[in-house]
Amino acid sequence: MRRVSGASKAADRIFQVATAICAGSPVVFLVAIAGIVVYQSIPTIQFMGLHFVSGTQWNLGSLYGAVTKVHGHEVPAGASYGALVFIAGTMLTSIIALIIAVPISILTAMILAYQVRGALGFVLSILVELLAGIPSVVVGLWGILVVAPWVSHHFGIFIKDILGFIPFFGGNVGSGYGLLTSGIVLAMMIVPIITSTTRDLFLQVPLLAREGGLGIGMTTWETVRYISIPYIRDGFVGAVALGWGRAMGETMAVLMVSGNAMNILPQNLYSPISTMAAFIANQLDSAQTDATGMAVHALSELALVLLVITLATNLIARWLVRPRGARRKVGVSR
Amino acid sequence: MRRRRRRKVSSVVGWIFAWLAAGLVLFGLFDLLATVVWRGARAFRFSMLVQPTHGIAGGLENAIIGTFELVLIAIVFAAPLGILGGVYTSEFAGAKTASVIRFLAEVLSGVPSIVIGYFGYLLMVLEWHWGFSALAGGIALTIMMLPYILRTTESSLQQVPLMQREAAWALGMTRFQAISRAIWRPAAGGIATGLLLAIAIGLGETAPLLYTAGWNSNNPSWQLTHSQVGYLTYIAWDYLDQPYPEAKNLAYAAAFVLLVIILIIQLLVRGFVWRSSGRGGNGH
Repeated sequence: MRRVSGASKAADRIFQVATAICAGSPVVFLVAIAGIVVYQSIPTIQFMGLHFVSGTQWNLGSLYGAVTKVHGHEVPAGASYGALVFIAGTMLTSIIALIIAVPISILTAMILAYQVRGALGFVLSILVELLAGIPSVVVGLWGILVVAPWVSHHFGIFIKDILGFIPFFGGNVGSGYGLLTSGIVLAMMIVPIITSTTRDLFLQVPLLAREGGLGIGMTTWETVRYISIPYIRDGFVGAVALGWGRAMGETMAVLMVSGNAMNILPQNLYSPISTMAAFIANQLDSAQTDATGMAVHALSELALVLLVITLATNLIARWLVRPRGARRKVGVSR
Repeated sequence: MRRRRRRKVSSVVGWIFAWLAAGLVLFGLFDLLATVVWRGARAFRFSMLVQPTHGIAGGLENAIIGTFELVLIAIVFAAPLGILGGVYTSEFAGAKTASVIRFLAEVLSGVPSIVIGYFGYLLMVLEWHWGFSALAGGIALTIMMLPYILRTTESSLQQVPLMQREAAWALGMTRFQAISRAIWRPAAGGIATGLLLAIAIGLGETAPLLYTAGWNSNNPSWQLTHSQVGYLTYIAWDYLDQPYPEAKNLAYAAAFVLLVIILIIQLLVRGFVWRSSGRGGNGH
């Protein structure tokens, strides 16, 4: 047996330590992000208290006028930071996106998993993954050029005519920049995520179980409905939560089609809105003009709220899609 | 008999809906591509590639070079961190540590991109006084790419059979020698794929850069801090809002260039996966 030289042993040791440090970098970034965002939010948390999440008025105050002192922090006179409008915008757009994306995704995943195979299946799967890789500004551009006019002239009026008697669906369809358009554009962005995860889940359903279904005379549709879907239910809920987290954190596409409303809660399905992520991006110039720096802290707290909501959604998703090794390995999966 | 017919019909109807859904997704994709390519290709001039942005119009040279500078800085940080981190997770860490690292990387990838950008603004632009700069933007992109590279590296190393490691160890190699001489080879394709896709992600990002890289209508100065950088996605977003047709055309052209670069990377990668998975070969 070859003797290992001292130098090789030292190199081995150094390499192991170096890789361990690199493997620790995600946690360093996570702690840094959470720490900085929390620390920079403290002045606003003390200034606004719970009104930050219940107030609807976001007002930077008089940036050139008097500065008042509240709880030891200097604040422009008349400043108020209420994020409820943006929290509501984030929730509503992402939920509309889910309502559109979930049925489309599960049906598309069925096709990808069970109806196409070989070259066609491969090409279709690639196209879905290609959709996931399209930059969000490009999707936003498509939203402005295609979806907003379509919602304004056709789809919005169509929905209003059919469902207009329900309060939230009636009212003025407007310019097309708003809640419904944001939801559609977001749906476009999360469909590939949910679809590809769900397709992988469908492929993990044991072939024997599906053959058993066909063997007792089920139609192919019933096999999917009564065997595959119950089998993947937990994982599917996780995939949906994953897409939901992505929809809530999405910035650019929403910023481009949402209409960027401030200080007013959405009145109907077509109202202009803004989400937390889009609003942070939108405030780039305004925040820097506040000499007291309170506007920067307020955006930091908004980022904190967004971070907490998306991470909670993601953690639930991970917990639901966690591999349950023993159960999945039964049988012959393709 | 009637019951069986009803079940058959509902099966057919169900699958028709499924095909319609898949068709809708494909229609959306093609409509998106067609719209952007149609507008972009008409607005695009080759002279844009060699002219910097000027006022409301001009070219894209500054943005293209700036985008590549930012992605280059990001990959310089993210590639070693991600690849070595992936090596540790796959080769050295115990099952429990590995799952913890994997989990943390996934949590990091779930952080919204605008939060990463705003974090970069608070820490690097304000606290460290770098100003809007290439380095701040590059590090924000690093945080976006890192979990992705780590995960792909780890999963492609996991696919190398244990026997190959045992063979290397049996020759008296240390773990480092085994990894650096033998084990990385079969995994190299997967790692390269991950890197390319991470670059594609970085090229298309806007939100992390808004608060870190700033905007500059001149070509990048290659100064790491205290010098703002322009990038393509900024033009595609900001110039679209301007009321002038020239500005809008520049935005379409920027989106078009971006889309073409990203599609080329994606198709290269998929083609590579296609060939290496043996589906494209004549074996079947």
